[in-house]
Amino acid sequence: MLRYVFRRLLTAIPTLFVIVTMAFFLIRLAPGGPFNQERGLSPEIKANLEAQFGLNDPLWLQYVHYLGNLLRGNFGPSYNMPDFTVGELFREGLPISVQLGASALILALLLGSVLGTVAALNQNKLADYSVIALATAGSTIPTFVIAPVIQLLFGLTWKLLPIGGWGDGALINKIGPVLTLALPQIAIVARLMRGSMIESLRSHHIRTARALGLSDWSVVVKHALRGAILPIVSFTGPAAAALLTGSIIVETIFSIPGIGRHFVVAALNRDYTLVMGTVVVIALFTIIFNLIVDVMYAVIDPRVRYD
Amino acid sequence: MTDIAATAPVIVGRSLWGDAWARLKANRAAMFSLYYLAFIAAISVFGPWFVPHQYTTIYADYVRMPPSFSAYPKADMIEGALDEAIKRMRVDIKEWRQEGNRVFVTVRSSKPVDDRNIRYLDRSDTFDDTKIESKSPDGLEMVMSASIKQQYFLFGTDNTGRDLLSRTLMAGRISLAIGLLAGVVAVVIGVLYGATAGFAGGRVDEVMMRIVDVLYSLPFIFFVIMLVVFFGRNFVLMFLAVGAVLWLDMARIVRGQALSIRRQEYVQAAEAMGVGQRGILIRHVIPNLLGPVVIYMTLLVPQVIILESFLSFLGLGVQEPMTSWGVLISVGAQNIGSANWLLLFPAFFLVSTLFALNFVGDGLRDALDPRDR
Repeated sequence: MLRYVFRRLLTAIPTLFVIVTMAFFLIRLAPGGPFNQERGLSPEIKANLEAQFGLNDPLWLQYVHYLGNLLRGNFGPSYNMPDFTVGELFREGLPISVQLGASALILALLLGSVLGTVAALNQNKLADYSVIALATAGSTIPTFVIAPVIQLLFGLTWKLLPIGGWGDGALINKIGPVLTLALPQIAIVARLMRGSMIESLRSHHIRTARALGLSDWSVVVKHALRGAILPIVSFTGPAAAALLTGSIIVETIFSIPGIGRHFVVAALNRDYTLVMGTVVVIALFTIIFNLIVDVMYAVIDPRVRYD
Repeated sequence: MTDIAATAPVIVGRSLWGDAWARLKANRAAMFSLYYLAFIAAISVFGPWFVPHQYTTIYADYVRMPPSFSAYPKADMIEGALDEAIKRMRVDIKEWRQEGNRVFVTVRSSKPVDDRNIRYLDRSDTFDDTKIESKSPDGLEMVMSASIKQQYFLFGTDNTGRDLLSRTLMAGRISLAIGLLAGVVAVVIGVLYGATAGFAGGRVDEVMMRIVDVLYSLPFIFFVIMLVVFFGRNFVLMFLAVGAVLWLDMARIVRGQALSIRRQEYVQAAEAMGVGQRGILIRHVIPNLLGPVVIYMTLLVPQVIILESFLSFLGLGVQEPMTSWGVLISVGAQNIGSANWLLLFPAFFLVSTLFALNFVGDGLRDALDPRDR
């Protein structure tokens, strides 16, 4: 197992390298530069700034410099927020995005699994149809509709939650964003769980367990769940990577100072280092969580062996 | 023998599509959704010509009016509009009264009142057909009458006083058109790419699919934003770009299908009977590919609509005064405190369309998937 993890980490390096290279040259191909705003810097200042950040060097040299800095864990300065380095921006924003994303993920996994199981156990009954309806709604309504509707209902009409803002991480400020992030995921988890649980309940070992006279609870929780949970585990990898790196929509609508909202602004302002930094962080999260998921697979399903 | 053959009842087999259509017709949710989609498409395409307001017309007198079935101006709004118009004439109102559908207003000034002043009343969104009733001998006082222009704003008006109904319908036109066009682009690229990879097999397949894997591993939103950055805010290019991003899934599905169809017994049988590559392609592979492609396309269109709305929401998509459901929802989200109808109407149109598309997609899947028979 350790050898497998080690091998996977080794193959992650070329993957990351390809992603960084592609992203680097793609953003450089885009017309314009970080100091070409309409405000119009005088040409001398612009030339100085570009010289200071090494933007006049040949592109391959800049690329080598960037890779060298990245290897030392240095993401470089942000061009459009000159008071911050990209590393500092992440240190401030990432914990916030991770907190919201992790809460949403845990909520989605718990609630989604329970709803999916309940639906599977009551197949084609009212509970089942309600869960299916909820899942359809959750996966159809886009986040940028859910978020303002939550603000409208809970914030303005019933005045239960603040409309937005981080409020130094007060619990009440997190409810809206977490709910918005979690709802579509709850829908996906519930749907996956319902399908895999129905299949799992039909399998031979469950029939055997029932024949042995085990209680319903123990059949479902101890035996059926173990087989049914596999699709949820493989869903968790990419979902965790996407949720923990922040959502542009949720952070914009609820004014949350996470890292999700940087990306669009940075790409539009050609803040090369910030765009690259975000791509690297997202890629790292994706690779790490996919690895964790594959290891979990082997732990849960004894049929999977990585040797 | 010939007699028997002639009189035997002819059993007409149902084609794959006839069979699928019959099953789709039996699915009530899918059929209702299909009618609903047709209805939304029809009102989006033809509606803007029948709504009495242009989607770009600004009614300065009616900014952020709530939706209402009765005509504007409301009784309490007439005086304000009158004050506003008379102020522009630089004269004072002496008195005014309303008789039926006309207002009569007496104005006075320290200088003789100019006859041309009546155009200020006509220019207002509230009044029309202004006439001079009488003038005092010294010219300092004048009585004018004007009819009140009745206007309906069923969905209310937006921040600049534009009719939300015509804007929502216009937005539907754009959103649906983008969904369809980008969907077609994605399907064409995906089918060509996937089918090529699936048929070529071996090395070519390997390389082509690794390229798809690499494109997959780039953060999706990065990809979209890069395309927007490259193509600028050009409307047509934008949704071609959106289509060009979404072909990856299609390519994978088609490749997998093509690979598995090639290994089916009926294809081997056809090969054994000496049917050429071309014949196998046209007779067996393409008809069997069409099912998944049609299903995926109906599921792709809502994805494209969401993506377009998402980009417009971020201000990267459709630009003012042109509009789409994403643009309207974005404006609505910024004004939920003061004018929630700006969010609710476009959101309802978008969400109900997405629901209908999903139900049709699910219905088609059930109808076309031969494994369910």
